[in-house]
Amino acid sequence: MSIISEKVSSSPKGTAAKPVTEEISGSEIVMRALLAEGTDTIFGYPGGAIMPIYDALYDHHDTLNHILVRHEQGAIHAAQGFARVSGRVGVVFATSGPGATNLVTGLADAQIDSTPLVCITGQVFAHLLGTDAFQETDVINITTPVTKWNYQVTDASEIAETLAKAFYIAKSGRPGPVVVDITKNAQLQKVPFSGYTPCNHIRSYRPKPIVRNEFVQQAADLINKAERPFVIFGQGVILGKAEKEFQKFIEKGGLPAAWTIMGMSAIATDHPLAVGMLGMHGNYGPNLLTNECDVLIAIGMRFDDRVTGRLDKYAKQAKVIHLDIDPAEIDKNVKTTVPVWGDCKETLPLLTSMIEQKVYPQWLQKFKDCQQKEEDKVIKEELNPSTDILTMGEVINTLNELTKGDAVIVTDVGQHQMVACRYAAMNQSKSNITSGGLGTMGFALPAAIGAKFGAPDRTVVAIIGDGGIQMTIQELGTIMQFKPDVKILILNNKFLGMVRQWQQLFHEKRYSFVNIESPDFVQVAKGYYIDGQSISKREDLKNALKTMLDHKGSYLLEVMVGKENNVFPMVPQGRGVSDIVLSKEEI
Amino acid sequence: MSDTKHKHTPAAAATPAGKQEYTITVYTENQVGLLNRIAIIFSRRKINIESLNTSPSEVESVHRFTIVIEETEEVVRKLCRQIEKQVEVLKAYYNTADEIVWQELALYKVPTDEIAEKVKVERLLRENGARAVLIRKDYTIFETSGHREETDKLIRVLEPYGLIEFVRSARVAIIKTSEGFHKKLKDFETAEPGEEAMENEYLDDREEVFTM
Repeated sequence: MSIISEKVSSSPKGTAAKPVTEEISGSEIVMRALLAEGTDTIFGYPGGAIMPIYDALYDHHDTLNHILVRHEQGAIHAAQGFARVSGRVGVVFATSGPGATNLVTGLADAQIDSTPLVCITGQVFAHLLGTDAFQETDVINITTPVTKWNYQVTDASEIAETLAKAFYIAKSGRPGPVVVDITKNAQLQKVPFSGYTPCNHIRSYRPKPIVRNEFVQQAADLINKAERPFVIFGQGVILGKAEKEFQKFIEKGGLPAAWTIMGMSAIATDHPLAVGMLGMHGNYGPNLLTNECDVLIAIGMRFDDRVTGRLDKYAKQAKVIHLDIDPAEIDKNVKTTVPVWGDCKETLPLLTSMIEQKVYPQWLQKFKDCQQKEEDKVIKEELNPSTDILTMGEVINTLNELTKGDAVIVTDVGQHQMVACRYAAMNQSKSNITSGGLGTMGFALPAAIGAKFGAPDRTVVAIIGDGGIQMTIQELGTIMQFKPDVKILILNNKFLGMVRQWQQLFHEKRYSFVNIESPDFVQVAKGYYIDGQSISKREDLKNALKTMLDHKGSYLLEVMVGKENNVFPMVPQGRGVSDIVLSKEEI
Repeated sequence: MSDTKHKHTPAAAATPAGKQEYTITVYTENQVGLLNRIAIIFSRRKINIESLNTSPSEVESVHRFTIVIEETEEVVRKLCRQIEKQVEVLKAYYNTADEIVWQELALYKVPTDEIAEKVKVERLLRENGARAVLIRKDYTIFETSGHREETDKLIRVLEPYGLIEFVRSARVAIIKTSEGFHKKLKDFETAEPGEEAMENEYLDDREEVFTM
């Protein structure tokens, strides 16, 4: 086992000043690069065109922990979970052809949710490119629309520099996924190697826009004059590691703040200025009052259509300040009054220094009134149902009591995701791992595996619907083999619930193929030597959750919940945020 | 060469309100795959590229794309942001026809006997700013360059004499106010770029937005 520094320090006498040049294979250079970048965990699956890399890995398996997944989609979602929970770059290995194409969903997910990944794919020998060789696919062109950057290496001498660029691009600026496709000949080829130099500059790439003070000042002036300012924030706060700066900003300004689904956990969910979640199934107040604020301060978020509803009815009365590191986001969906380009880690402290210490008791009261209305019409019944049938909300609420908001909550996509994000308590950053932009069913189980490797000291609970779990259920095999302690909480309503809800509300209850049957999940888990149980009674809920959390090792808990429960409030598609409804009668 | 505002062709005049012709100039690294990365920014939004040219630029190792589309300014601005976001793109500019000088090159193949017999070739060339590139017994190739209507005009002139082949190149354009890329590139190459690299014509142009 050797890493670069050891190699360098072991240089023979007389040449100590110069790095030693040795002849090593392209595959070995891949290993050196990963180690130099601080990689310790790789999610992957071997195959013909990446065998030399796996051969090199054989000699490094004690420092590079490789997790053998059961499907390449599982590898990339796991790497996403790892990256999201740790703030580090997730690394994936996959072979050519089907191995690489199986990454596409995860790449698209990581691209839209700005997750830093370096995916290394094997490729056929360079002389076979374009010949329809066995397991050859045009990985670069397939992945171009869903990667921040990609590059095909056909010569081993390019590998070190390419991987250095890959890591730099993946993690800098607005992060994103990168694919490096390496032909087999390049993996095998031996070339002189004299050490790995990380990349910190690419002349055509500007990860951080220059902060222009005049705009920060204009933003501060707007905020200082505001009577009803409202902060909406996204994952940019987390990606920018600016949670503290953000908290200071809202606390000094007395600014009520709502999160997008991706921004959740950047501040504690019980922070006095936290007013809840934005979006289609977000909270009532933040949606409604978006159209009553006079200054809307958007931070590290991108005005997704699920957040804005109808754009021509979105915050038309407000002056809009938009802080973002990605210049392409400014004015993309919502016209900005003052754009504040830059890393919010730098812009927020500047802005904080320029704003006045303030409080807005009357304005905050409006949020509280809205919250009360939502409590009365939605939350009370969801958390304390009048029937015997369990609701998703009470499951999450009971989980909160036990975890005290300390757990990493990984969710899949659908009703359970919305309910979990509406009700889960989170008291530290990077606690909410979900597929936000792409809405990838099947995300949660592999992402939770990755999250556990990325945050081994934290409790990781994967909350998944009965539909989503069946999309990547094979990853129970990964849990069986590598034993990450993942708590799997299936909220089973015997439906593809979100689509069913829409069919009920907007398609005259024509339930078209939403009636999904499930296997006995507990038995399936048992087949993978994972303990579990299924419950359907309220009196069992707390104990079952406790058993799950206290269990040594992974555990699967299935909770049978109401079949036709709906998630409310809701901003119906095509309507404005202030058209948010609290019940189906209002639609 | 005429630098007056480009007259819209009838097809262009029929485009929906607000749309007009924009020429996008993109300075990039020379890298395999970048053409696709740029092209899909348009195709993803179902925007037709009217003309696309790639060539070297005034700076060695820097490539230059010239792309023509019919769109509203808002859309073009967003497209340029997306283009500039690509890792290997240095800079993207968009201009209306009156802000650039542009040319297209056209080649015409006609039967030599017809044309020699019936036309005063010398006059034809002079009137159309054309020249003969190749003269053979069986056919002759003419070349001209200019705006669309100029190259179109020569098609109409030559058609009666049996135009065998016609081809027109993509547009190449020079931005009138541009000082070229030499100075900018130096700034891009430094680790801490100055205003030159980060300048943003859009921010600079919108001062009025900030009068509150």
